[in-house]
Amino acid sequence: MVPLMLLVLTLSGCSRNKETLYVYNWGDYIDESVLGEFEKETGIKVVYDTFATNEDMYVKIKSGGSQYDLIFPSDYMITRMRDEGMLEKINLANIPNFKYIDDRFKGQDYDPKNEYSVPYMWGTVGILYNTTMVDDPVDSWDILWNPKYSKQIIMLDSQREAIGVALLRLGYSINTTDVDQLNEAAELLKQQKPLVLAYALDEAKDKMVAGEAALALVWSGEALYAMDENPDLDYAIPDEGTNLWFDGMAIPKGAKNKEAAEKFIDFLCRTEIAFRNADYTGYATPHTEARKLLDPEILNNKAAYPDEEDLVNAEVFVSLGEVLRDYDRIWTEVKAY
Amino acid sequence: MTRSKAMLPYVVWMALFIVVPLFLVVYYAFTHTSFNGAELTFANFQRVFQPIYLKVLARSLKLAVISTVICLLLGYPVALVMAGNAFSRKSTIMLLFVIPMWMNFLLRTYAWLTLLERNGALNQLLTRIGLPALNILYTDYAVVLGMVYNFLPFMILPIYSVLSKIDQGVIEAASDLGANKFVVFMRVILPLSLPGVVSGITMVFMPALTTFVISRLLGGGQYTLVGNLIEQQFLVVGDWGFGSAISMVMIILILISMAVMSFFEKSEEGATLW
Repeated sequence: MVPLMLLVLTLSGCSRNKETLYVYNWGDYIDESVLGEFEKETGIKVVYDTFATNEDMYVKIKSGGSQYDLIFPSDYMITRMRDEGMLEKINLANIPNFKYIDDRFKGQDYDPKNEYSVPYMWGTVGILYNTTMVDDPVDSWDILWNPKYSKQIIMLDSQREAIGVALLRLGYSINTTDVDQLNEAAELLKQQKPLVLAYALDEAKDKMVAGEAALALVWSGEALYAMDENPDLDYAIPDEGTNLWFDGMAIPKGAKNKEAAEKFIDFLCRTEIAFRNADYTGYATPHTEARKLLDPEILNNKAAYPDEEDLVNAEVFVSLGEVLRDYDRIWTEVKAY
Repeated sequence: MTRSKAMLPYVVWMALFIVVPLFLVVYYAFTHTSFNGAELTFANFQRVFQPIYLKVLARSLKLAVISTVICLLLGYPVALVMAGNAFSRKSTIMLLFVIPMWMNFLLRTYAWLTLLERNGALNQLLTRIGLPALNILYTDYAVVLGMVYNFLPFMILPIYSVLSKIDQGVIEAASDLGANKFVVFMRVILPLSLPGVVSGITMVFMPALTTFVISRLLGGGQYTLVGNLIEQQFLVVGDWGFGSAISMVMIILILISMAVMSFFEKSEEGATLW
């Protein structure tokens, strides 16, 4: 929840003992009952905090002072943090359940040897829409710029995704390092701003369930969750392409309880636990056995488990280096506009 | 000697939590950190004065002024009624204003989200009694509403405290000398209450100018105010230099407005809240 994010959580540094594991995950991204089970089984106390975007998490870890043992960054953020020496190598020998992870999610470009991350979930970015309010076909990002839906559009309040959608609409790569293309995307987002009802994160799905807006840019799992709550909702991946993403589990440099973090990773890779998390969050699991336990209806749902052909245009975010400053500047300008 | 010893904890406290952070803000505002280390720069300040950010500043000032004026217009009469002799339910009214403050500020603001939604409680009520629905969530109106709602007690309390201390003899004297109620108010009560008004304005204007939670929740992330801009620099994009530069400009603005306020306060005779 955003308010929780706003109250920057400060951990008390004094009472740390060996048997505590500090976990920093995305909001609403786990079946929280598994935390208690882990505690009961291992005797390790789990302190669980949440963040709303990769950038939030990065800034918090980078500024130091936090003491997390396990974090859940996405693909490009794993690369960035690895390159900046912010991640600890994971010893896969301590994670026997790693064998259940589907080979196609191993050795991705963002972490070629899985030295720094173990895949947790994957998904896409697309448009969640209310079929009773939208009568045009939802097959292009253009619809998010359609004045007909003025003040009925919710945008994702996350810079890579929002700028990425503008870039896709312009026919550019979501990893562009061309400043002119980025400025074009910025203009497009400024044009869109009067049509936008709100820039939201976790709360977007609740707004859509309540019928407060017609269209929302969301991550696939949010869409699944919302569609489950309100049958009028549907999810589409536009033809221009999308962002295919992978969230991993990683251990930040200087983690005090690496051993427990690896235990927890292994625990989350257990078939039953991975199934429960996938079932609860609505996101796609890279776990081969957990997948088999899921309701076939979900597996056949293209929003959750898109086919290869739906993903031909999909691109994975890569870490951008210095040009990231331009992304930051553009996002600040768009929000300030 | 003993007095200065007693002061020590406060001096240490202030040095640690006020002076040091201020210096850090100044340091970050004037430096640019790159791979070659930190270097002196004015670029952060140049950026603050770009039209796009000046617009954010103007928008924040506008909303803060509107909220303060509304708080004053709503708050003064309430304080007046509460301070009146004839009024016996002072503590009830006071309680009504204070009880909501027992609840967390975020929760109170979050509650407005549900009330103001398109299909929210307020609109359901309005449509049921045959009135048109109100779509003000995620607009300036909602942000101002949130500010007035949250900061109104800070206007009422100082005004009430000054009004209730006015010597009744002065008012009776004015009436004895032939002033009617209106003249008594305009020439006696109002001038004597000005210090409370000034305190109230200060206490509403400053948080209204720098809030980021209210505009974030009720403005839907669309109505970026200065507070949001600063928050974004620190929590999302990690540009501490720019964030610090905006903070410094804000500090200077607030110092100026405090100087203006204290000028008014000094020029008026009477008790101050402080």
